[in-house]
Amino acid sequence: MTEIALKARHSAPPTALRRFRDWLANPWGRPRFLVLVTWLYILTSIAPVIIAIQFSFNSGRSVTAWQGFSLSRWYWGDPVDSVWHDPTLQQALFQSLKLAGLDMLVATPLGVILALGLARWRGRLAAPANFLMLFPLVTPELVMGVSLYLVILYLFTFIHPSTLAQMLGHVTFSLSYVVVIVRGRLFSIGRQYEEAAADLGATPWETLRLVLLPLLLPAILSSLMIVFAISIDDFVISQWLSCGAQCDTVPIRIYSATRAAPLPSVNALAAIMVYFTVTALGLTYLVYRFMTRHERPKGGGAAASMMGDIGGM
Amino acid sequence: MYPKWLWPIFALPGVVWLILLFLTPFYAVVGVAFGGVDPIFQNPLPAWNPLDWDFTSFLDTLSGFLPGRTYWGIFLRTAEYVGIALAISLIVGYPVAYYITRHSGRMKSLLLALLILPFWVSYLMRMLAWVNLFAPEGYVNAFLRWTTLVTTPPDWLNGNPVSVILGLAYGYIPYLILPLLASLDRIDKSLLEAARDLGASPFRAFLHVTLPLSKTGILGASVIIALPMFGDYYTPNIVSGSPKTSMLGNQIEIYFHGGPQPSVGAALTLILSAFLGVLMAYYMFTVAKAQREAQA
Repeated sequence: MTEIALKARHSAPPTALRRFRDWLANPWGRPRFLVLVTWLYILTSIAPVIIAIQFSFNSGRSVTAWQGFSLSRWYWGDPVDSVWHDPTLQQALFQSLKLAGLDMLVATPLGVILALGLARWRGRLAAPANFLMLFPLVTPELVMGVSLYLVILYLFTFIHPSTLAQMLGHVTFSLSYVVVIVRGRLFSIGRQYEEAAADLGATPWETLRLVLLPLLLPAILSSLMIVFAISIDDFVISQWLSCGAQCDTVPIRIYSATRAAPLPSVNALAAIMVYFTVTALGLTYLVYRFMTRHERPKGGGAAASMMGDIGGM
Repeated sequence: MYPKWLWPIFALPGVVWLILLFLTPFYAVVGVAFGGVDPIFQNPLPAWNPLDWDFTSFLDTLSGFLPGRTYWGIFLRTAEYVGIALAISLIVGYPVAYYITRHSGRMKSLLLALLILPFWVSYLMRMLAWVNLFAPEGYVNAFLRWTTLVTTPPDWLNGNPVSVILGLAYGYIPYLILPLLASLDRIDKSLLEAARDLGASPFRAFLHVTLPLSKTGILGASVIIALPMFGDYYTPNIVSGSPKTSMLGNQIEIYFHGGPQPSVGAALTLILSAFLGVLMAYYMFTVAKAQREAQA
């Protein structure tokens, strides 16, 4: 471009578009283009959920047009269609919570000892066992769902499609998450505390119980939280191992409702799950902060180290 | 300090669990896929002994993936949807991850918290939200009518491939951003400073330093979301529900829940797993390598 052309370009009166472009691409300040993309992304990822929750408070029967605010209609107010009074919705809510509770109860202890074993076992079979543990993390749920469905249909025929089968499936896919979280914590605390305890005369059992277990508690807590969240979230495994309407979980109900004509009560049901998870997350954070109050994490507070525990994968 | 046998004993219950409820079920798929079919009831007769395996029906299904055959179209469509959704996720996700690691400063914690928020909302809930928004009378169409650019807004929810692709991207982006963020965070900043000192413009520094260094991160994160996307059947069902947009996962689901031939479904599952196995192997290889480096 010649000198004159350049001058002409610079002296042209800036249009609104030009000014916006210059503002966006300013080479000296913060990268505004990135700021814009980031906030737009965050907005689009969260706004739909907020709007969906908003419609659980709709006073009318529509999930797409706002007809006024009603706090309770779709939660418990409506005598037929509210979450509390519609037996299918109420049942789904309890089924989801039941599965999540059972999953936490079984997968967490099983995962903790598996993590300990895998992290410290140096035998010839340790490597294949580690490899096996990683598989459920990367296997598409559909493949897991189909295989569990077929195995209870043709091989383990004594487990019928049932709550028990769903629970077994949930534990199978949540186990590896617990292992990854607990193992991460194991590596970060090192072995010096246990060695000190042993030097001071503690028996192996005492070291495990009085030294290692308390040190692992934050990771165990994070694991409980994650297991709860992924069990509540699961749709595929619950669906493939479902015994019919009696085994419907919240995601299954949402799934079938979106394909029929949904009422705001489905939004209310989904919103209740969000309230549950957010409350659980908040509580976990508080307890976590309490537990790790004597630790000085490098940079960032309890939130950062909790996320470090969780984000280990 | 601990007895040697303690750790294998600790690992035992979990390993047994995974063998019984992860490996054995997969073997059941193999058994059904390579087994026979009852001539009268058409239900599968699984073959547990490898010597009894009969590959004819499996090969028959496999040949359906040849160009122009039964599953060719659906395979192409699945690859196309996943490919486009993955591209969208990367185009949106990379700048977000990059911004948060490099420039967010004091906002970092807040942004991270907002970023993991979708993880705590169930996938189906987010799809429900999506469907509510894109319903014929929903907010999106109301907005389109308000702009008056569009007089008859499109029907998003009946066999519209655009909604399926957008739905997939919307659903899986959070799972892409976090690993990407972790890998960008690990890049040594002094390398960038060196590039800038040696006279590279910010853009060139990004192109020649950051981008090459984040290649593994990009590949890993892409694999993490490509795997579940390939096995997805509920997203197309929810946002479209039409056979015009059905993916491989829908085909598998139909063979089990709607159709009479679970053995074909098992064969398809096996083919899908083999196809994804390549991606999985790559991913697990990189994870194992990173773990070894972390432990060393």
